[in-house]
Amino acid sequence: MAVETDVSQDGKKLTIKIKGRFDFGKHQAFREAYERQPRRPDAVIVDLQEVTYLDSSALGMLLLLRDHAGGDEADVRVVHANCDVRKILAISNFDKLFDIS
Amino acid sequence: MADELGLTVLVAEDGAVDRLLLAQIVRRQGHEVFTAENGQQAVDVFKARRPELVLLDALMPVMDGFEAARQIKALAGETLVPIIFLTALNEEQALVRCLEAGGDDFLAKPYSAVILAAKIRAMDRLRRLQATVLDQRDQIARHHHHLLNEQRVAKAVFDKVTHSGCLDAPNIRFLQSPYALFNGDLMLAALTPSGDMRVLLGDFTGHGLPAAVGAMPLAEVFYGMTAKGYGMAQVLREMNAKLKRILPGDMFCCALLVNLSMQRGAVEVWNGGMPDGFLLSTGGKVLSALSSRHLPLGVLVAEQFDDQTEVWPLAPGERLLLMSDGVLETADDQERLFGEQRLRAVLADNRNPALLFDELLDALQRFGGRARDDVSLCDIRMLGAQLPQPMAMLPQDLGRCSAMDWSLSFDVRGESLRRFNPVPYLVQLLQEIHGLRSSAGTLYSVLSELYSNALEHGVLGLDSRLKCDAPGFADYYQERARRLQVIEEGYVRINLAVEPLAAGGRLKVEVRDSGEGFDVQQVLAQPLPEQGLSGRGMALVRRLSTVARWTEGGRCAHVEFIW
Repeated sequence: MAVETDVSQDGKKLTIKIKGRFDFGKHQAFREAYERQPRRPDAVIVDLQEVTYLDSSALGMLLLLRDHAGGDEADVRVVHANCDVRKILAISNFDKLFDIS
Repeated sequence: MADELGLTVLVAEDGAVDRLLLAQIVRRQGHEVFTAENGQQAVDVFKARRPELVLLDALMPVMDGFEAARQIKALAGETLVPIIFLTALNEEQALVRCLEAGGDDFLAKPYSAVILAAKIRAMDRLRRLQATVLDQRDQIARHHHHLLNEQRVAKAVFDKVTHSGCLDAPNIRFLQSPYALFNGDLMLAALTPSGDMRVLLGDFTGHGLPAAVGAMPLAEVFYGMTAKGYGMAQVLREMNAKLKRILPGDMFCCALLVNLSMQRGAVEVWNGGMPDGFLLSTGGKVLSALSSRHLPLGVLVAEQFDDQTEVWPLAPGERLLLMSDGVLETADDQERLFGEQRLRAVLADNRNPALLFDELLDALQRFGGRARDDVSLCDIRMLGAQLPQPMAMLPQDLGRCSAMDWSLSFDVRGESLRRFNPVPYLVQLLQEIHGLRSSAGTLYSVLSELYSNALEHGVLGLDSRLKCDAPGFADYYQERARRLQVIEEGYVRINLAVEPLAAGGRLKVEVRDSGEGFDVQQVLAQPLPEQGLSGRGMALVRRLSTVARWTEGGRCAHVEFIW
């Protein structure tokens, strides 16, 4: 699977791990990753360690996730982004919306 | 397996016994049979009846099977009509000839009904596969044609909306694929009433129709508000609010908006999510990068949107180079990206910025070789100060009710000074006066200068001498933004009075502020700083109006227009 999910034991933290190109091709899988959870997690971690490329539709998907997770109150962390991916996130100033590390 | 409906089969065989025997076998297997006694007859029957499969004897009188096969294949065109050669030949060379003439298989005499049936079924499968492939290909071609046509029409409509723009101005050079719109790329340019040139380079999320739908409302806001003289902040806020309202949550528009003011010798920049633009000296040196400082348009709600711009000095002959991410993401045949380093190298190698546009295109060509249709590139050359042109976008008919004897006083106070710019409203109002319509651009320029002088030097107490060099220039605008942020009191008061004269009329404008004033004699005595970065405002006002003077220790500007 190119999009994997993991929920912490207490059910409060959802981790979504994406592999390869993060573009429109992952749209369906990425949406399902958070929509099919029985309860809304308090925190969502998006792990980009194995993402090689990220395009603007992926940025759009992150926005949808943020809305789903509570908008301005959402705790969405984007972690392990490589240098190229971070650059794309930085150009769009997504660090103003997401906790990126 | 698909339906076992019978096929129409042509049996061409010169031996009467064999022909009858074969026809009977085939007919028993549920197919309809036509027969021919030689190659020529076979071709004629094929023309007349269009059988779906052909059994062809290789050696026949009049025309042999090889020639008949060639002609039948040519007649069949793209449709697969399988030809099975019937042959007693068994030397290799002859069998090869059968296939080379267009045969798909062969069957050795004496005939086995079982093998023949199996071969016909196998050939039928191939035939159907080919038919499906052709059908799908045609469907795709039809859809593609349809799509291109729709895009052409949509583009034509879009061009009508953007037709008021000035992308064709002599100081702008741009490259955009005709279908860039359907990659979400957008390039708009327009002049403000005072002659500032405003250019927007945008990039919507995604591709195709979804990426294109936001372009129209964005263009309308851009052109409508720019023509009316609204400031960058107001235009940006309106574009952001509109896109936020109409676009789905995962769609937004990266945008780079620049405003070149020839009068002030400056460029104001807002970049949300676009790659760096570049400010280039006349010698081709990169003076600054216009980097993204904001989230794209359509992401944040109005309360969180940040309309903060950056201002850089820009002298005549200096240039801006703006581009979409298609430039950086142009890939070579190994999927490597062109990237920022190669771009920087092209910029560094450049000696004459007039050639940079072509040098960059050459570099992309050499690197990728493949033309992308989401590369947008825009080169803008700064011009010297010019007098404002008459407004191009005048309302066509305002009726005849033109009041000629009135006055009004308009105060902008306290926090309202942070964002509100009254000039577009006042110019709009003055458009009601027939005699002033042709001078809308002049009025706009003069009111803008007076208002920003009153605000910046009066209320905010900024010293224009700060703008003596490029770093000071940037400091000045940063300081301006900082002081505006904390402003709580102070005012700018604008009085307009219109009175009829024998032939035309007179407009008196007074702009008064709550600031400290300035030494009028000393400032007016200074030579006009044609090359400097400061003090252009008052010179412009004096040049454009009939009467211009300052009273109350510099706290009140009086200007008159007579027509």
